[in-house]
Amino acid sequence: MYSASDLKKGLKIEIDGAPWQITEFEFCKPGKGTALYRCRMKNLITGIGMEKTYRPTDKIDEPNIEEREMYYSYFDGHHYVFSDPNTYEEMSVDASVLGDKAYFLIENSLCNFVIYNDEPIEITLPTFIEKEIVETEPGVRGDTATNVTKPAKIDNGYEIQVPLFINQGDIVKIDTRTGAYAERVSKA
Amino acid sequence: MTETLLKNLRTRSALLRTVRDFFYAADFFEVETPVMIPAPAPEEYIESVPAGQGKFLRTSPELAMKELLSFGAGRIFQIGSAFRAGEFGRKHREEFTILEYYAAGWDYEKLAAFTAEMILRAAEAVTGGSRLSLHGKTVDLANVEYITVDEAFRRYAGVSAFEVSAADKFDELMVLKVEPELGRNGITFLCDYPADRASLARLSPADPQVAERWEVYIDGMELGNAFGELTDGFEQKKRFAAAQAFRRAHGMLEYPEPEAFYRALDRGLPDASGCAVGFDRLTMLLTGAEDISQVRFC
Repeated sequence: MYSASDLKKGLKIEIDGAPWQITEFEFCKPGKGTALYRCRMKNLITGIGMEKTYRPTDKIDEPNIEEREMYYSYFDGHHYVFSDPNTYEEMSVDASVLGDKAYFLIENSLCNFVIYNDEPIEITLPTFIEKEIVETEPGVRGDTATNVTKPAKIDNGYEIQVPLFINQGDIVKIDTRTGAYAERVSKA
Repeated sequence: MTETLLKNLRTRSALLRTVRDFFYAADFFEVETPVMIPAPAPEEYIESVPAGQGKFLRTSPELAMKELLSFGAGRIFQIGSAFRAGEFGRKHREEFTILEYYAAGWDYEKLAAFTAEMILRAAEAVTGGSRLSLHGKTVDLANVEYITVDEAFRRYAGVSAFEVSAADKFDELMVLKVEPELGRNGITFLCDYPADRASLARLSPADPQVAERWEVYIDGMELGNAFGELTDGFEQKKRFAAAQAFRRAHGMLEYPEPEAFYRALDRGLPDASGCAVGFDRLTMLLTGAEDISQVRFC
């Protein structure tokens, strides 16, 4: 249990059986009145936001949330399977939890898991990964502008926008937070 | 960051001088009363910091200054630290600077006009004019608005202040709905609190449903609180006893009886009005600072 005075930006709490994280926090108090803890928060599963105000006597549930690191192992045809680096214990993750991030999973890369009641609710991949471009229009030599782009595909079929000078066979760096091209690592 | 702080501390210093000059010109004299006191005023939602040896850090200099009034001090002001436990936020620190003043013989309306004038002079001294640019809009401190608490609740929250006060929803609506609307164009005095929120104010002789109490706002920020002071010793002791009972019922720290203040009441307080202004907040408004730590070395 948390009391209202424990509330602060970043804290994770539980309301009606759902995990929330406080994204904005303000201590309010009319001079002669009661203190109010004004929170804006985000549902950690649905991403929905809401505002809620607490009083000093309010008690707030603490969610059963842990963070741990897991290695990505393999795709078993239905689930993405990760393993604990210490215990080798495996955990299967549904594709819906990963969304587009599934395209950026690389075998043996270390990912950060947020686990709520034994279910992963958020998985953070290494910020940058390297992938080969398997399909794109031929590059325009000498055109180093990065603001003009064309579509390109990586090995698993995911399409990104790349600058015109990128060629098939080039290795590029991708930002897994946005799924966007970051830079060229090496030429074909 | 440090540069901004130093710049703001210079502004703060100019402001201190201007405010002092303003009070001297109005025939007030400056007093200092103990910071470490035997008994804070028992209030429902203000927590004092115990100072050891049975003493407390003052939550405001109110009781001591009223003792001085009972001795015939007349018009007095004080600028100094006050302490409120557990208050920490953009506009709150446990230690903050309070500007508190009392004028015997003045009613709370006269004190409001005087306070508006003081704020205007302070702004002119440090910004060169009456206009402040705050949160993308212009606030002209030459505009002074008076609105009753009930009118403000009806207008901005769509409810009667008396009803929500009785239902214990007053503070939530005040913070969420009412305060953001106050002082949008200038200085707003929020006047005449429901009698159950009179604090140390006397009830209005014309309408005992309300107390002679106002708070002053600029740009949605509460700057100060004032009372037509309660001088009736019997009534004052009754209110403190109720506050003590509330504190006891809610497991809050109980305070010793403020004996010296009770003696002052027995001696007799003159008819007077008094106000406490958050000096750090006034400085925040006049410098555009978003956090107390930018105007006060914390």
